[in-house]
Amino acid sequence: MSPIDVAPQETTTPSTSSRVVNDFSIQVATVNGSGSQTANIVLLRSILLMGVPVSGKNMFPSNIAGLPTWYTIRASKRGYVGRKKEVDFLVAMNPETAKEDVMTLDAGAAVVYDEPLKLNALRSDLTFYPVPFDKLVAPVCPDAKLRRLVRNMIYDGVLAKLLGIDLSFMDQALARQLGKKAKAVQMNAAALKAGFDYAESTFTKQDPFHIEKMNATAGKILIEGNAAAAIGCMMAGVTVVAWYPITPSSSLCESLIGYMRKYRMDKETGKATFAIVQAEDEIASLGMVIGAGWAGARAMTATAGPGISLMSEFTGLAYYAETPAVIFDVQRVGPSTGLPTRTAQGDILSTAFLSHGDTKHILLIPNSVEEAYELAIEAFDLSEQFQTPIFVMMDLDLGMNNWMSDGFQYPTKPINRGKRLTADVLKKLGEWGRYKDVDGDGIPYRTVPGDGMPAFFTRGSGHNDKAQYSERPDDYVNNVDRLNRKFETARKFVPKPIVERDKEARIGIIGYGTSHWAITESRDQLREETNVKTSYLRMRAYPFNDDLPSFIDAHDRIYVVEQNRDGQLAMLMKLELSPERCAKLRHVLHYSGLPIDARSVTDDILAQEGFEVATKAAPVSGSHGSMTGGE
Amino acid sequence: MATVPLKVNRIGLEPQIYKGGKTTLCAGCGHNAISERIIDAFYEMGINPQHVVKLSGIGCSSKSPAYFLGGSHGFNAVHGRMPSVGTGAMLANQKLIAIGVSGDGDTGAIGIGQFVHLMRRNLPIIYIIEDNGCYGLTKGQFSPTADLGSKLKNGVVNDLPPIDTCALAIQLGATFVARSFSGDKRQLLALLKAALSHRGTVMLDVISPCVTFNDHEGSTKSYAYVKDHDDPLEEVSFVPFFEDISVDYEPGTTQEVKMHDGSRLFLKKLDEAYDATDKIQALRTLHEASRRGEFATGIIYIEPDRDDFLKQLNVVDEPLATLPLERTRPPKAVLDEIMDGLR
Repeated sequence: MSPIDVAPQETTTPSTSSRVVNDFSIQVATVNGSGSQTANIVLLRSILLMGVPVSGKNMFPSNIAGLPTWYTIRASKRGYVGRKKEVDFLVAMNPETAKEDVMTLDAGAAVVYDEPLKLNALRSDLTFYPVPFDKLVAPVCPDAKLRRLVRNMIYDGVLAKLLGIDLSFMDQALARQLGKKAKAVQMNAAALKAGFDYAESTFTKQDPFHIEKMNATAGKILIEGNAAAAIGCMMAGVTVVAWYPITPSSSLCESLIGYMRKYRMDKETGKATFAIVQAEDEIASLGMVIGAGWAGARAMTATAGPGISLMSEFTGLAYYAETPAVIFDVQRVGPSTGLPTRTAQGDILSTAFLSHGDTKHILLIPNSVEEAYELAIEAFDLSEQFQTPIFVMMDLDLGMNNWMSDGFQYPTKPINRGKRLTADVLKKLGEWGRYKDVDGDGIPYRTVPGDGMPAFFTRGSGHNDKAQYSERPDDYVNNVDRLNRKFETARKFVPKPIVERDKEARIGIIGYGTSHWAITESRDQLREETNVKTSYLRMRAYPFNDDLPSFIDAHDRIYVVEQNRDGQLAMLMKLELSPERCAKLRHVLHYSGLPIDARSVTDDILAQEGFEVATKAAPVSGSHGSMTGGE
Repeated sequence: MATVPLKVNRIGLEPQIYKGGKTTLCAGCGHNAISERIIDAFYEMGINPQHVVKLSGIGCSSKSPAYFLGGSHGFNAVHGRMPSVGTGAMLANQKLIAIGVSGDGDTGAIGIGQFVHLMRRNLPIIYIIEDNGCYGLTKGQFSPTADLGSKLKNGVVNDLPPIDTCALAIQLGATFVARSFSGDKRQLLALLKAALSHRGTVMLDVISPCVTFNDHEGSTKSYAYVKDHDDPLEEVSFVPFFEDISVDYEPGTTQEVKMHDGSRLFLKKLDEAYDATDKIQALRTLHEASRRGEFATGIIYIEPDRDDFLKQLNVVDEPLATLPLERTRPPKAVLDEIMDGLR
C-alpha cells in the first residue's frame, strides 16, 4: 500500500481548554528494522529523566524488517505502568498502517505524521502536526544510507518541543543509548535538534498533552524482565545454562551471557565459572540442565511455549527421578506457533501438569522486573530443596518490555542446596535409600557423582526407595505418594500470595504475573469512578496455600483475571476448592496478544456486577479478544 | 596362617568392585560380553568407580549400565536423549569419567539429533553403541543400522540404506571412532582401554548380535555373519601410561599413537597401509567395506589432540558443581554497578 490518498476535509481545531499533564500515552507506529527502537528508548528515558513515571511496550511483528510495529509509551503521574487502552498521542511513520492508526484514535488525540501521508484530511476531531521528515533529515545526515535510521530521531525532537520535554534530557538519554559511538551520537543529536527547531518555528501547541517535571523517579532503573531474571540467575550462582533461541525468551539467556562474561570470570585464571551452551533444541537444553542438576550444579534453561511442549518428556523424568532444574517460560501466544511476538499467560495449566502420568510441578509467577530477579534466585533454592523442576512463568510483556523499577536488593537469605547426604548424615541415618522419606516431608537425601557418597542408579522407570528397579505395586504407590507428600510440603515454602484486603469489599480479585498492573489501576478506577471496593490476592506460585480459600471465604464474588482464553489459573484453583468456593469464581479474561489494560478489566467487572458500561469503542478484551493497533 | 593376598588393581581395588547387578538380558546376548569388557577395562586401567558416571537411553543396550560398575552413579535417561544428560553431567563436573551406552535404535532413530550434536562438540565421553540392527526390547523390528537386504525372522527384508554411525561420527568431528564386535574380546578390550586414555568424544560402535531376534540366516548382524565378515584394519595393542613396556616393531608396519594421558596405542597394519589419523581414508575405507558387505573394525579414526568441549568453553579447572558460593555469586558491588548502569 502506498501513502493514503484522501480528499481533504474541513478541519476544526479541537478545544484545548484542559491541560493533561503526565497522564497520557504516546504510540509510535513505524516499520520494524527502521531503527526506531533507539528513538523510542530515548523518548522513554527522557520522560523518566523528567521525573515522570513511565513505561514502554513494544508491539512488534514476527519478522526482521519491513512489517508494522508499534511502540507505546505511557507517562503516568500516579505510577500506572500497565498498558493504557487509549492512544492519546500518535506518531504515524508507517504509510501501511497510518490510516487505520488514525481512524482508531479517540477524539481529542494528537497526531505527528510524515507530511506526505496527508493524514490531516482523515479526521476533524484530532490535532495534526505534519512533519516533512525527509526534508529535515537530509541536512543533518549527509550519508543517504543512514537517513532511514536517523529520521526517527526527528520525531523525538518534535515531541520534546510539543510535550515540553527538556532537550538536554533527550541528549542525555541519547548519549546513554548509543554509548561511545561519538559520530552516531552527534548525528542523532543534530536530528533531535532539527525536529525540535522545526516544531518550534512551525507549530502552535493545540493539543492538551504535557510532560512536566516531577520527582517520582529518583533512583529508578529501567530494565526488561528478561535481563532482570538473568541478573537473578547470576546472583543465584547458576553454573550451567543450556538454551535454544526462541522468542520471547532468547534475550534472557543473551543478557545472562553478557553479565556472566563480565562478572563471572575467574580473576586469577581468566576462565569461566560457568558453562553456557546453545543446544540443538529445547529437548537437549533441558536434558543438559537435568544432567547438570543431577551432578550437583545449579542449572537452568529459558524457553517459550513451544519449547515447553518439547520439554514435556524430560520434565516427567526430572519429576520422577527427582533432579533439580530451573526452567523459565517466557510465555507467548499459542497454541502451536501462535503469535510469537505477543504476550499471554497461556501455559499455566499445561505446565503445572507437564508430562504424562501423574505429575505436577512448582510454578513461580513474577509480576515485575524486581520479582523476576527475586524469584529467579528463589527458583534455584526451591529446585535443590525439592529436587524437582521449577518453572518460572514469565510472559512476553514482562520479559521483553522496559519497566521502571526500584533497584534490586542483594540477596541476604542463605543459599539452600537441599538435602545432600554427608558422612555425618549417613551416620545419623544408619541406612540410606535415595528415595527414602526419613523426615516425613517427602524429600529424600541425595548424593551426586563424585561426592564420595554411595552411588545410586537414577532412572525414569519404576523404582523403590533404594533406587532399585521395581515393578512392584506397593513400591510404585509408595513412591508416587511420597512425591505427592513432597508437593504438599512445597505449599509451605513457595512464595505466598500478596493479599490486600479492603474490609468493606464484597468482591475480591485474584490475578497473577503482569496482569497485576492492570488490576491495581482497575481497582482505583472501580473505587474512584463507581465506588466499588475490592480486595486483591496476587498469586505468586503453584501449589497454592491456605490464603486462597480464606480469601474466597471473605468475599461474595471473586474475579480471576487472566491473560488466556480458558481461565487456566481458575481451573487449577477449582481442582482443589470446595464446590461452594468454586461457585464464587468468575472470569475476567484477556487474550488478544496485547498486554491486558485496566479499562478492560474495570468494564468487564462492572458488567458482571450489573453496571451499565458505556461501550465507546470496539471491544478489545474479554471473550471478544479483537486487536487494536492494526494487524 | 598366611593370608592369600587379594587380587587388586593399581589403585588397590578388587575386581568385585567393578561388577554390577545381575544381567536381565537374554543368555548369549552380545551386550553382556560388552559389559564384561567394560568391567575388565576399568579394572585394568585402575579407574575409581566413584569418579565414573554411567549413562544410557532406553532399550536393551541401555539397561546394561546396571550390570557393570555398581559403585558408580548411573542415569538411565529417556529414549535417544542420553547425550544431553551426559553433556550436562560433564559440564557440571569435568573431573568425572562418562561412559554412555546406547543402542542402534536409541542412537540411529529417535536419538540421531542428539547423537549428531554430541559428536560435533567433542565432549569427553565414551559413547558405545551396542549395535544389533534391531529393536530387541519391542521384539525385533528393524533399526536404522540394519543393512540393505537383511532379513527379519518373519521374512521381512530391509530395503532402506543403513546409517553408518562411524562414518557419521567421523564426518561430524568425533575424535576417536572405532568399530568392534562383541565376540572379539581382545580387540574390544584394547579399544576400551584406549578410550579411557582419550580426552574427547569416543564413538565406539560394537556389533552385538541379538540372539533372540536377529541371529538367523539372512541377518547381517548374526554371530555367524559378523564372524565371516569382520575385516580388522589393524591389530590394536594398547600400552597404558602406567606400564613401562617397550614395543618393538618394524618401521612401516605399525602406527604409534600417543594418547592424551601418555598412554600409547600401537596399530599394526594388516592389509594395506592404513592411517587412522587420515579422515578421508577412514571414510573411504568404511564405504568400501560396506560395499563388500564387510565390517571394517578397529580404530577407524583418531585425533588425540583436539580441545575437548570444556576447554572450548574455557571453563575453570575445578568442577562447576562444587564451586563455593563466593565464586559463583558476585559481590554486592557488582549488583550496585549493574543497577547504576540502568538508572
